[in-house]
Amino acid sequence: MTATLTKEAPPIEEPVLRKPSTRKRLVPYWLLLPGIIWLLVFFALPMVYQASTSVQTGSLEKGFEVTWHFQTYWDAFQEYWPQFVRSVLYAGTATLLCLLLGYPLAYLIAFKAGRWRNLLLVLVIAPFFTSFLIRTLAWKTILADDSLVVDALNALHVLDVTSWIGWTEGDRVLATPMAVVCGLTYNFLPFMILPLYTSLERIDGRLHEAAQDLYASPATTFRKVTFPLSMPGVVSGTLLTFIPASGDYVNAELLGSTDTKMVGNVIQSQFLRVLDYPTAAALSFILMAIVLGMVTVYIRRAGTEDLV
Amino acid sequence: MTDKTAHTGKNTGGGDVRLTGISKSYGSFTAVHPLDLTVPQGSFFALLGASGCGKTTTLRMIAGLEDPSTGTVFLGDKDVTDLPPYKRPVNTVFQSYALFPHMDISENIAFGLRRRGIKSVKKQVDDMLELVQLGDKAHHKPHQLSGGQQQRVAVARALINHPQVLLLDEPLGALDLKLRRQMQLELKRIQTEVGITFVHVTHDQEEAMTMADQVAVMNGGRVEQLGAPADLYENPQTTFVANFLGTSNLIEAEVLETGSDVLVTAGGGKLRVPGDRCTSAVRQGGKVLVGVRPEKISLAHADDAGSIADGRNRVTGRIADSSFIGVSTQYVVNSPAGAELQVYEQNIERDTRLVPGAEVVLHWNPAHTFGLDAAQDIDAGVETVEDAS
Amino acid sequence: MRWIRKNLVVIAGLLTLAYMILPNLVVMAFSFNKPKGRFNYSWQEFSLDAWKDPCGVADMCESLSLSLQLAAWATVGAVVLGTMIAFALVRYRFRARGAINSLIFLPMAMPEVVMAASLLTLFLNMGIELGFWTVLIAHIMFCLSFVVTAVKARVMSMDPRLEEAARDLYAGPTQTFLRVTLPIAAPGIAAGALLAFALSFDDFIITNFNAGSTVTFPMFVWGSAQRGTPVQINVIGTAMFVLAVLVVVAGQIITNRRKKTATA
Repeated sequence: MTATLTKEAPPIEEPVLRKPSTRKRLVPYWLLLPGIIWLLVFFALPMVYQASTSVQTGSLEKGFEVTWHFQTYWDAFQEYWPQFVRSVLYAGTATLLCLLLGYPLAYLIAFKAGRWRNLLLVLVIAPFFTSFLIRTLAWKTILADDSLVVDALNALHVLDVTSWIGWTEGDRVLATPMAVVCGLTYNFLPFMILPLYTSLERIDGRLHEAAQDLYASPATTFRKVTFPLSMPGVVSGTLLTFIPASGDYVNAELLGSTDTKMVGNVIQSQFLRVLDYPTAAALSFILMAIVLGMVTVYIRRAGTEDLV
Repeated sequence: MTDKTAHTGKNTGGGDVRLTGISKSYGSFTAVHPLDLTVPQGSFFALLGASGCGKTTTLRMIAGLEDPSTGTVFLGDKDVTDLPPYKRPVNTVFQSYALFPHMDISENIAFGLRRRGIKSVKKQVDDMLELVQLGDKAHHKPHQLSGGQQQRVAVARALINHPQVLLLDEPLGALDLKLRRQMQLELKRIQTEVGITFVHVTHDQEEAMTMADQVAVMNGGRVEQLGAPADLYENPQTTFVANFLGTSNLIEAEVLETGSDVLVTAGGGKLRVPGDRCTSAVRQGGKVLVGVRPEKISLAHADDAGSIADGRNRVTGRIADSSFIGVSTQYVVNSPAGAELQVYEQNIERDTRLVPGAEVVLHWNPAHTFGLDAAQDIDAGVETVEDAS
Repeated sequence: MRWIRKNLVVIAGLLTLAYMILPNLVVMAFSFNKPKGRFNYSWQEFSLDAWKDPCGVADMCESLSLSLQLAAWATVGAVVLGTMIAFALVRYRFRARGAINSLIFLPMAMPEVVMAASLLTLFLNMGIELGFWTVLIAHIMFCLSFVVTAVKARVMSMDPRLEEAARDLYAGPTQTFLRVTLPIAAPGIAAGALLAFALSFDDFIITNFNAGSTVTFPMFVWGSAQRGTPVQINVIGTAMFVLAVLVVVAGQIITNRRKKTATA
């Protein structure tokens, strides 16, 4: 029985897997090649050079040589740890302030602006149209001694509080940590607001209604529905603010004093003025390690992959 | 099952939803004209109408999601007009569900209970998951569920709060036809089981008629007619209701005689309409729209006209088109009385002579005829291709 | 009091907006100042001098023109390379996708000063003379990732069936790309280009490390912060601001008109 069946069954043809032509398969690689080479040569390779520079010894006159001198890292950190602490502290504070200031504005644009929405969005990116250095210099005027803003802060006794925690000195704001943080916050606010706005705007308005329908007051609705759903925006906003702020040296240079130097200032002067390349490279790597480390931990904690 | 019907115990005693003079306008546009409506406690009530007729706005005003421009919303004896949605004992099943995407199914269902400060919710959530037959999906996220399952979660999330009224905003709109039929029965079962008042908004007349005890047909921000499904179907009061609920043949006619039977003439023939089935006062020489449902009409070939019993309304015409749809055959007949009259004949004994072009006589029992005020748009509520898209 | 509570978000949001706009207003106001010393930080008296002679400061307009050229070329380079990468990432499967994705993501997750410093070590070790070309290379490098992100977002939201429909309607691969794919991806490419231009034009830190003696506009401003700030800087800042706002507003009006005529 089975024998006859197998006899009569048509011969099973070996399925031929037709491979796409080589030309077609190579298309993505040709598309990727120029850009990726650019990034490898001018982004990845420099990291290798910087790594090697950081373990060199020597002097500008005699030339530098790789001596695997890891001591440079320790020396650099020991000498400049206050600048590292400042960088993390200032950038962290600025990030927090950006979140506190930016969230209401992003919320306003996403949910309450109506036909003003486009105008408000233009106003958020409008500052970009003027060079950020010019705008940062404007803060020198705004925060100058006896300026309107400083007088107002003084009258409201805000400066008493900030002086008490060491962020301002007497009735001066300029050349204090507060001026630097104020400038950092200002410079990176749009980078916080835009991602926040994007994720808030994506929230289905009916979810708010559903929450209210299910006995959540407006405050609870925000805590349980709106804020959790805006987490992707919060995470990318804080990253887009913290990372550049931690390496910034423009605000510390223009608005601060020698007591407010951040690690960016040190790297800049070591590279461009002191010309101590190994120390500068080591500092740069330490900064990178700190930032990447913090960012990794933060992303893990925020658990973005768990969010929809 | 008895423990579930027990939930309604606390609601007894004047739990009707009463809307008095409620209206809503946006600028110069009036979405809902002042209307009075009472939804009896424990009933399954449907608001039926085409999109933009104001049915959803009415529902949202009951939920508190929309502030009425005028009027009052009563739940039982309590005026809730000024209460925000989170303080009303009313819950909504939203169109396309509005499930919280960042919470799993059981968290979604427990949301309302937790907001009211109830700590131990596990038992109730489990019971509710059982009721909607989703016990195994408690820890899935909404996007992992099918449309029908999401719909049941939305129902469970609202019902767990034992609201005085459950509002359903096109709850089945996103489902395909077969699933929709299944969920209609499912919702009806749940409603019977829990005994809560359901107010259901839909544009699907079949859905409204299958599920609801009472249907309010809305059009242009007004309630056109209110009643039990069969009553609405058999006794439409307006051309809109006559056309929107099922199909009606409406013939413009002139009144010859009034009385307990009204005698009218249309296209040379005479028809009888029971006087008590005319919605407006008829007077001799006046106009009236004579209506009859397609399934009430019998079709006879012109050669057999003699065998039609006396006393039936007759209209002669010619078959323009016929389509076989299984249980019945639908004919379109042109006659002097009116063009494109619809006739549904059950497929019991098919007369092979009834093909397009054949001369026929349409006849029906005069008791099945209704009369409508002629001063209305005869085509109001007719579904056109544009509406359906 | 109740009114304030109800509109708390609006008030807070508008205060933030004021904080963001204030420096622009100060820049604008001080473009009409007549400073006494070398620095333009405190108000003295109204004057149109700087507006009448915007290029009256040595080297400023040269640096401005250099920055514009640099930004234009950096945009072209980054857009071409970035768009190719974006299409490859969305439309094709290939090996090492993860590694390539991180290579594109990392420049955006790196403090600028680190990239600036490492690139400088490369140029120093290779003995490459710093100048226009090194700056251009650096700008294309850091703009690239942003262009990829912008274009990728657009191409990803594109319905692949549109291209299938084009092929079904007798369009060959080239025709499909030119007549369907490219026009639909255009808004993403335009967004990427605008971003690249803005980033390049306004970049300071990376330029500061790799420019050698070449002076871009931001470098000129930086230098003047040490030597003395001419009022003309504010004139340029204000003019750019007004021009850009006008372009945006005009664009908005045009799209609104188009929408109206489309619906009518």
